[in-house]
Amino acid sequence: MDNALLKKKANAVRVDIIKGVHAAGAGHPGGSLSCADILTLLYFEIMNTDPKDPQDPDRDRFVLSKGHAAPALYACLAEKGYFDPEEMLTLRKLGSRLQGHPSMRLVPGVDMSTGSLGQGISTAVGMALAGRIDGKSYRVYSVLGDGELQEGLVWEAAMAAAHYKLDTLCAVVDHNGLQIDGKNEDVMNVMPIADKFASFNWNVLTADGHDFDSLRAAFAAAAACKGRPSVIIAETCKGKGVSFMEDQVGWHGKAPNDEETRIALEELGGEL
Amino acid sequence: MADKIATRASYGRFLREYGADHGNVVVLDADLSGSTQTKEFAKIYKDRFFNVGIAECDMLGMAAGFSACGKTVFASSFAMFAAGRAYEIIRNSIAYTKANVKICATHAGLTVGEDGASHQAIEDIALMNVIPGMTVVCPADDVSARKLLLQVAEFEGPAYVRLGRAAVPVVYGEDADVRLGKALTVREGSDVTIIACGIMVEKAMLAAEILQEKGISARILDMHTIKPLDEEAVIKAAKETGGIITAEEHSVIGGLGSAVASCCAKSAPCRIEFVGVQDRFGESGKPAELLEKYGLTEKEIVQAAEKLVK
Repeated sequence: MDNALLKKKANAVRVDIIKGVHAAGAGHPGGSLSCADILTLLYFEIMNTDPKDPQDPDRDRFVLSKGHAAPALYACLAEKGYFDPEEMLTLRKLGSRLQGHPSMRLVPGVDMSTGSLGQGISTAVGMALAGRIDGKSYRVYSVLGDGELQEGLVWEAAMAAAHYKLDTLCAVVDHNGLQIDGKNEDVMNVMPIADKFASFNWNVLTADGHDFDSLRAAFAAAAACKGRPSVIIAETCKGKGVSFMEDQVGWHGKAPNDEETRIALEELGGEL
Repeated sequence: MADKIATRASYGRFLREYGADHGNVVVLDADLSGSTQTKEFAKIYKDRFFNVGIAECDMLGMAAGFSACGKTVFASSFAMFAAGRAYEIIRNSIAYTKANVKICATHAGLTVGEDGASHQAIEDIALMNVIPGMTVVCPADDVSARKLLLQVAEFEGPAYVRLGRAAVPVVYGEDADVRLGKALTVREGSDVTIIACGIMVEKAMLAAEILQEKGISARILDMHTIKPLDEEAVIKAAKETGGIITAEEHSVIGGLGSAVASCCAKSAPCRIEFVGVQDRFGESGKPAELLEKYGLTEKEIVQAAEKLVK
């Protein structure tokens, strides 16, 4: 898909995120917007998925290990055709399929229920191993937050992925530098991320998380790497695309009010 | 009754046999395959066995991933580290996703013995029972362990199977009618009912003999499936015998006793006595010494029964 079209898709995803979180009156816009371009590229170009056959055993898998970015995942699935984007307005509401954190038992296209940090990447390791023993060639993608790297389970999973030489596994770290209580470096320093994964024997790649060419090259390098899992450390901006949310820790877990939503949608060229 | 077999050994044998014609089965362990007996599977089906190292949380996360790709997964460690350490992974990645993962935890209870309190899980039934949709099983002997494991393997969904380290008497014949979710009436009786699970079933049988000599007729129910609880059998026992003694190698808080008590309180109020580990930690010692010191023998069951019929 050409970059201009991808940009349009990513913009539609961002509009869905803002509309959904606004309608919910709660949620995580900052981290959803920061990974919106990564997820858009995955769903519209990189991954082999089909909204008409969400359970295809040969499909590529996606695990949103940072499950609080659920609005970004739902928006991508909706724009891809798994369900009507209008359903975003039910986000987090009683009876909705679109739970605050994704459930694989409710939403077509969600491959793993997540929300409790660190668990997604661990399940992704199991998925990649299952593919290997079944002789399947599907790839498993998992997006993690940078704050999430503070969870010990991430490193248990990282050790296992390298031990089993899972070259079908590609993790992406959405490195926006912020978490609920502030900057990563102030709360609990996660740096150097690249050195940590390299010492766990992963193939480490870096990319601009908002530049499709840069991300595309990293995904291609990951797919070409044999005998090791790959991680793409994607430099991102929390709240990307909505000026007043960009790089602001306060927008981690807060919904925009009506006026803020109007401004955000105006910037994104969407309508309420 | 002469043979003694640990239920973890029954598990090893079950895996070896079941694995033969079930190519979809994957077994995971966390560096305890010799102890949990998953090595029995590992020896034969090398490509379907994964030793994930000393990382129980990752083992159960991976188990959820395998299940999401269609596998039937058996994952094993000691009860302390499976149910205890990895509780929240079991809750969120396995139970909430309705994963087809069977957590077969060995070395449960005080009979771990010499390793002491750090390794003696006396809370695991409580932890697993409270998770929505979890099936919780605690077999009494080799025969029932293998029969229950087979039934656990055959249904789609998560289960916790509690197994022991120590060799325990085989109390059932191969023809025993052991059905998941159904209490097994080990002995009929009319004065009191002993509802037991795991190694306490055999203690209940010894207690019933002593009680008979004292003129007390004790019914015994082997409640191998703690969840879903066979409420019908519990209510029937409460109504017909008037008093219940629960017996388990687990804390008296949150385990079989609590499940039976809430069932009775709701549907058939009766007096209940709880034989189990009181609200305290265990310690090092030989299994038999520990059972004696912590009040998990036929003696305590007999005392409880006498108290009820008085």
